[in-house]
Amino acid sequence: MYVQLEDINKTFGDYKVSDHISIEIEKGKLVALLGPSGSGKTTILRMIAGLETPDSGKIFINEKLVNDISPAKRGIGFLFQNYALFRYMTVYQNIAFGLKVKKIPKKQIRERISELISLTGLDGLEKRYPSELSGGQKQRVAFARALAPEPDLLLLDEPFAAIDAKVRSELRSWLREMIHRIGITSIFVTHDQDEAVEVADQIIITNKGRIEQTGTPKEIYKAPQTPFVSMFIGNPTIIKDYWKLQGFEKGNYEGAIIRPEFVEAFKSDNARFHKFIDCSDEGIITDILFRGNNLELKLDVGGVILTAHRSLERRPVSIGEKMRVIIYRIYAYDNEKTYLLENEELLKRDVDNTHLEAYLYSKEGYMIV
Amino acid sequence: MNEKHTKPEKAVQIILILISVLFITVMLIFPLFSVIINALKKGFSFYLSALSTEYVLSALKVTLLATGITLLVNTFFGVIASFTLTKYHFRGKQILTTLIDIPFSISPVIAGLSYIMLFGSLGIAKPLLDRIGAFLGTDIQIVFALPGVVLATIFVTFPFVSREIIPVLNQQGSEEEEAAALMGAGFFTIFRKVTFPHMKWSMIYGMILCASRALGEFGAVSALSKTRGQTFTLPLEIDALYLSGTADSIVASFAVSSILVLISILILILRNLFEYRAKKG
Amino acid sequence: MKSITSKKQPKNIIPAFGINLGITIAMLSALILIPLASILAYSLRLTPGDFFRTLSSEPVRFAFGTSILCSFIAAFINAVFGTIIAWVLVRYSFPGKRILDGLIELPFALPTAVAGITLSKMYSTTGFIGKIFDRYGIRISYTHIGLTIALIFIGIPFVVRAIEPVLEKYDPSYEEAACMLGAGKTETFFKVTLKELFPAILTGFGLAFARGIGEYGSVIFISGNSQKEHTQVISYMIMQKLNYLDYGQATAIALAMLIISFLLLLFINIVQIRQAKRKGA
Repeated sequence: MYVQLEDINKTFGDYKVSDHISIEIEKGKLVALLGPSGSGKTTILRMIAGLETPDSGKIFINEKLVNDISPAKRGIGFLFQNYALFRYMTVYQNIAFGLKVKKIPKKQIRERISELISLTGLDGLEKRYPSELSGGQKQRVAFARALAPEPDLLLLDEPFAAIDAKVRSELRSWLREMIHRIGITSIFVTHDQDEAVEVADQIIITNKGRIEQTGTPKEIYKAPQTPFVSMFIGNPTIIKDYWKLQGFEKGNYEGAIIRPEFVEAFKSDNARFHKFIDCSDEGIITDILFRGNNLELKLDVGGVILTAHRSLERRPVSIGEKMRVIIYRIYAYDNEKTYLLENEELLKRDVDNTHLEAYLYSKEGYMIV
Repeated sequence: MNEKHTKPEKAVQIILILISVLFITVMLIFPLFSVIINALKKGFSFYLSALSTEYVLSALKVTLLATGITLLVNTFFGVIASFTLTKYHFRGKQILTTLIDIPFSISPVIAGLSYIMLFGSLGIAKPLLDRIGAFLGTDIQIVFALPGVVLATIFVTFPFVSREIIPVLNQQGSEEEEAAALMGAGFFTIFRKVTFPHMKWSMIYGMILCASRALGEFGAVSALSKTRGQTFTLPLEIDALYLSGTADSIVASFAVSSILVLISILILILRNLFEYRAKKG
Repeated sequence: MKSITSKKQPKNIIPAFGINLGITIAMLSALILIPLASILAYSLRLTPGDFFRTLSSEPVRFAFGTSILCSFIAAFINAVFGTIIAWVLVRYSFPGKRILDGLIELPFALPTAVAGITLSKMYSTTGFIGKIFDRYGIRISYTHIGLTIALIFIGIPFVVRAIEPVLEKYDPSYEEAACMLGAGKTETFFKVTLKELFPAILTGFGLAFARGIGEYGSVIFISGNSQKEHTQVISYMIMQKLNYLDYGQATAIALAMLIISFLLLLFINIVQIRQAKRKGA
């Protein structure tokens, strides 16, 4: 394990920001610390950097206990949330700073910087001041500056928070590609699940000072293990009386979570769903939102408001229209865990053993409905 | 609807501007001119000779000396204190900030009194001072001597520089310094390369304010300075001339005042020039 | 050493915390706190009886009365005119505005002794304003009126500078909203804008008031310092006791004055904290 946290505890006043945190991160991985604000994710990052000291517990970097090693000597590159570029230095001076501090010969500094500048695509901007750069360029400078002293570990605090939504996705893939190309172990903090899913190899979900779940983006998405994760990931609707929906029976659960992609809404005269019409509930459209490449429907199903996506290619719908609604599956949860429940009526009826979902969305099925 | 509103509104605007101009003219501009008129009442040659008496020249020297030392001390303190108060986290920061501002809120006469109570003949530190004096073989005089004048001036202008720098550094935040420290930079490198460029203008602005107040300080210095021609500053000399009460000495006191007025106007102009840069950081 | 910064406070990453905090505290203590503490230390030698006898003696009582009353009136007048001037300087544009704005700082830049003698001369029966009033039998210099005028002079920048930034940041959409809801311009100003400005006005008032109570240089010339006419101010009282080497009485008065300034400072801080909180909401 390259980075290892062992039973870390940290309190700020009465507030427990880290509650028995243990983390292991493999060399070369790009890891996201994902959680809502106040979940303690930034504190974890700052403790690894040495910007905060844990009250108890051990931090290892490359098998070495670093608790008592000063931040400057941990071999870390740190990207601050607002980049913390030196406002009174040029791009060149910013990147050179860490090298100058290390008293590296001028010639070597020049070589290293020109290498970094071409790597990050900052050519021609060397003499600019941070105030003359765009958000994306600032991030590149901060990235180059953090990498200049050749750290073994790169820590990024909300690296995309200060960037316009427009450029953000472009930068995400840029950063991902860059980090993979260099092969540096990296940890970044984010509260944005899309960002974590898109950029990271591995996601660590934090909540109230604890680790909820660790896994690849796919694992987290497909198999949320705790109620918190299932509610945090996806775009979930939380319902209490899930058993009122067709195909689900009451179990020993507190409630259930339904993601939009689990919901199928169709018109009652739709021939394709004919076979399944009695596994469906009635839903009335209460709102229609245009989401660019699809529609988002709000459906009132027996008093529960569900969200469903609808392709623009399908027949138009209107507010107040009665639809039939099938729920493929739900995540039911109790106090501790999450359980995947499939729609039993649907399974019974699936004589051909082809999932309705798969069948409907197969090439031939999709367009006609 | 809108048409109806405009006329009385315009009238209100004009009345308010007139009130302001009138107030500022009577309260602020008249006194300024009054100094100049009174100073030149007896002609220009009298004016010049009033400025070149031995007392005035000595007072000028003392004033410049006290102002110079005050500037050095308070700038040094202001820079260190504002760095400490904005870049580090520690408990009691708020209290420390309030304590630094004390000289602002107390009478300058009390500042003078406090040094008398510390170093004067009945002062708490007097025995210590005597012992040090005996050891060095000299008689250390603070109260009613030059050191007292300097200390009183330092006291009343103590917060001037730090007060101007602190808001600018607070606004800047400490991420740049943290980033530099994380890369292994030491204090002097961080200060010189990262922090100082941010505080430069507000520091100069604070120094202008400090110098302005130091040149003109009267109450505190007056309590600690009793010897005309030796420890008197320009304001004390003005006081002495004015209170002599002869027609000539009153004109002379205005003549000396006119120098300080000119300096004040210069300072006002400098202030206005630097204020914008200083606040911008 | 570590325990100061651990637990509640985030860690200090920027180096040289100890030495910077040390310098700050050492300089603050040596130059400000220890001298002030020596006033307290000396006053401990006084019995409560001495203390109250000093404060209840007639001249001292009248001096407190005069200082507080005149400062209060001056601060009140400044609050009214200061609000108008700040409003005019922020909201209207007219030729000469920048100069007017710069002139507001004049009382900060002009040495108090210079202001003192000029005002005293201007408003005396031979001065060019005093002459006019004298014709109607009104004397200004060497009366409470003159004293109050000097305090207005010294206090005006505090009020204007306290209100201006708030007015600049003040979102006119509040006013527009009030207007849309049918309120007239005057009504809007008194019910909406003034309410919004009130904490700033109060702060400026408090600062001008505090400065007035401690003021020395600008008032002693114009006030006449007559015991019979009760135109002696507190700081003059302290200075007088000092000149008679009556340190006991001087410290007793100073202590009372320190308590008053402390209370005023507390008041201003509370107003500002409440203002900040309201903004946060």
